Amino acid sequence: MASLKPRVSVEYGEKATIVTFTDEKILEERDIVELQQSLMGVIEQTEKINLILDFSTVKFLSSAVLGLLIRVSKKVYEQNGQLRLCNISPRIYEIFKITRLTKIFDILPDRASAAASLARQQ
Amino acid sequence: MPISRSVVVSSTPSAVVDVFRQLQPGLKASNFSEEDIFAVHLALEEAFTNAVKHGNKMEPSKAVKIDYAIESDKVEICMTDEGSGFDPEVIPDPRYGDNLYKPAGRGMLLMRSFMDVIEYNERGNSVRMIRYREKRKPSSKSTAGTNP
Repeated sequence: MASLKPRVSVEYGEKATIVTFTDEKILEERDIVELQQSLMGVIEQTEKINLILDFSTVKFLSSAVLGLLIRVSKKVYEQNGQLRLCNISPRIYEIFKITRLTKIFDILPDRASAAASLARQQ
Repeated sequence: MPISRSVVVSSTPSAVVDVFRQLQPGLKASNFSEEDIFAVHLALEEAFTNAVKHGNKMEPSKAVKIDYAIESDKVEICMTDEGSGFDPEVIPDPRYGDNLYKPAGRGMLLMRSFMDVIEYNERGNSVRMIRYREKRKPSSKSTAGTNP
């Protein structure tokens, strides 16, 4: 039976759109395809989107999710938007560090600092 | 008491979920830390993805054999697919140049970083991975409090 659980929750703020992942583990191909569809839909809805991805729920992810984030990042910047990641657990942050993706993603400790970072770019 | 098991699963990406469900209680019962369990889980996922996608070319009829052993000081996993194999030495480093911006190619780097031993057979269709309980490489330490 197909999962009916939403993969993300979306909050449309004045200065930023905040997407929070709702799954603790993001692993399966199907999950990642669903996530990509959801995220691309959000990005396409808003011109020059200021997007914050909140990982506070996520406890485990695979390298396939890193690929998804790179595709999301390309889409955001193609549309002259900005992207910030926040609330990443130390273990998952280690994955970003090992892969050197800390060089291409702006990772902030929490939503407030992510929003402040976006505001500085305006 | 050492735990040793051998399982054969089909080449569907979700099949590894059940394998980890079998493995996890043994790791917990043997008092492996959450760090160890996270590392083994990640390496298992990445190795399985490689076996299914690149080894067995997503053909569900082809099998992946997973042997694992949990001992007091280490956990060892051997995973074999039915593919023709590959040369791990020719896989580009995903951390540099244009590779950094590519969506794929990070699985093996993560396996090497989170496990203490990674060895391929000569054909390149079987990988043996070991994580020792005590030994920690600097790259696998928790970075609690170091988030930017």
